[in-house]
Amino acid sequence: MGIRYTGHPPMGPGRAAVLGGIGLLGFFGVWTLASMATTGLPRLLPGPWEVLQRAAALLGQPFAGDTLPGHLAGSLSRFAMAYGLAVVVGVPLGLAMGRFRPIEAVVAPLFEALRFIAPIAWVPFAALWFGTGVGGPVLVIFAGAFPPCLLSAYRGARLVDPQLLEAARMLGTPVLRTMTEVLFPAAIPSLVAGLRVAAGTAWQSLIGAELIIVSSGIGYLMVQGQAQISTATVMSGMIAIGVVGVAIDMALRQAEHAVKVRRGLS
Amino acid sequence: MASGVTTAAVSKETDRRAAPPKPARSGADLRWARAAVLPAACLAWLLATSAGWIAPGRFPSVPEFLDALRQIAVAGYADGTLAQHIGHSLKLIGLGFLAAVAVGLPLGLAMGWSRIVDAVAGPVFSLLRPIPPLAWIPLAILWLGLGDGAKIMVICVAAFVPNVVNAYAGVRGIDRSVLEAAEMLGTPAWRGLAEVIVPAAAPMIFTGLRLSLQTAWAALVAAELVGAFLGLGRVLNVAQQDIYPAMILVGMATVAACGWLTGRLLEWAERKAMPWHASARSAS
Repeated sequence: MGIRYTGHPPMGPGRAAVLGGIGLLGFFGVWTLASMATTGLPRLLPGPWEVLQRAAALLGQPFAGDTLPGHLAGSLSRFAMAYGLAVVVGVPLGLAMGRFRPIEAVVAPLFEALRFIAPIAWVPFAALWFGTGVGGPVLVIFAGAFPPCLLSAYRGARLVDPQLLEAARMLGTPVLRTMTEVLFPAAIPSLVAGLRVAAGTAWQSLIGAELIIVSSGIGYLMVQGQAQISTATVMSGMIAIGVVGVAIDMALRQAEHAVKVRRGLS
Repeated sequence: MASGVTTAAVSKETDRRAAPPKPARSGADLRWARAAVLPAACLAWLLATSAGWIAPGRFPSVPEFLDALRQIAVAGYADGTLAQHIGHSLKLIGLGFLAAVAVGLPLGLAMGWSRIVDAVAGPVFSLLRPIPPLAWIPLAILWLGLGDGAKIMVICVAAFVPNVVNAYAGVRGIDRSVLEAAEMLGTPAWRGLAEVIVPAAAPMIFTGLRLSLQTAWAALVAAELVGAFLGLGRVLNVAQQDIYPAMILVGMATVAACGWLTGRLLEWAERKAMPWHASARSAS
């Protein structure tokens, strides 16, 4: 009897929920059992309940200089600064690259060469050039967010209907106005997707930067938790990072949808 | 499983493909300019540092860079020569990457193939996926210390997700009529897997491999920056503490070169594994 390659028929939502519940139950069950099995050892693996309690406690009680929301606020302001910078620099540059061949000819090789450097590898120079306060981490996050911003703008500008550009030129539209009123709107579908990718890479780089050079923020909370062998604190930090990452992604997804609806794209 | 994951991964991939500059239609002068940019940048570096426009403590001059390169290659730096650091980092990348592929690929294929596996594993996967790989570093250190085990764990976690996501998308994207044909002809399950499903999903699988190799390098550098005894991240870390810009640049250049080389290796493997797909790839 051969197997059914075409897969099983789509299951109802009820059955999927039951199976999903079994999966989650299994996950938390194994976690709880493993934590019970290692109770005798130094607290390597706190159970789910313990981690939740720890996370709840961190909401009000300061650890490593601040409460969990305080650390998150610090991280988010850093994130917003660097992400904003990456958008403000990357999008116009990408549009210009897509429109003007000479700019592309100059920027593309440099960009390609620099892109092989992982954002996190900028940490030493970031610390050397801008210190470990605001500037250093911002450079690292910028290095993570910049490539998707530039590439999505470039790709969007390349996809613009040439007739639109010709019409703009024929009507004598100045270069800057062509950029803002022809190129930019036409690149929006590609841009909004790229900006969401950029937010993900930026958030990821932020965590890396905070683990290594910053002494505040959610990454620092985890480093301190690790130093004090408080696994529950480290896990609380991981949960907080995941939740905020999802929230950022959802907010941008909403924005993407709103933009598309307004432009009549979906 | 959230479909947004897949589109994000895919759009990253198309970004990659869109990036290489296409030859300008307008003429040879731009191609010439393109070829001249990197040499010109090196020349600007040479001029700017030797003329003293850049403070020596900020960015190394060309001779300083070459001295640092010689120092680490011959005498060693941060407890090892360059070859030892590279070898160690490559070993960790290889082990973590293989572990991630060994677990992630079958899981992704199974989730794509069977709705039951998808329904059971999907929610757990979606629960863990939002945690960035680098956020696992402190936990890895708590569990496994500063040795190789923690690095391999972090690399494995980082490389795991793109493998699952893309293998899943690859299987889900297979043309239904191909599967129906295999089913109708009574192909046994293992043959269907080896000769229909995996080859049809192979382009997406390789996309996943490429993405996971990238994240694996980022994870390795981050994990070694946090603490290590040997490896390229350790070179960066020690150079940062010594305020030794030339060695920082050597470390960054080496990481970039290694990432580039392993990427080329994977592309070579991709061409070998999918000769039918080669023409499409050689265009880019």
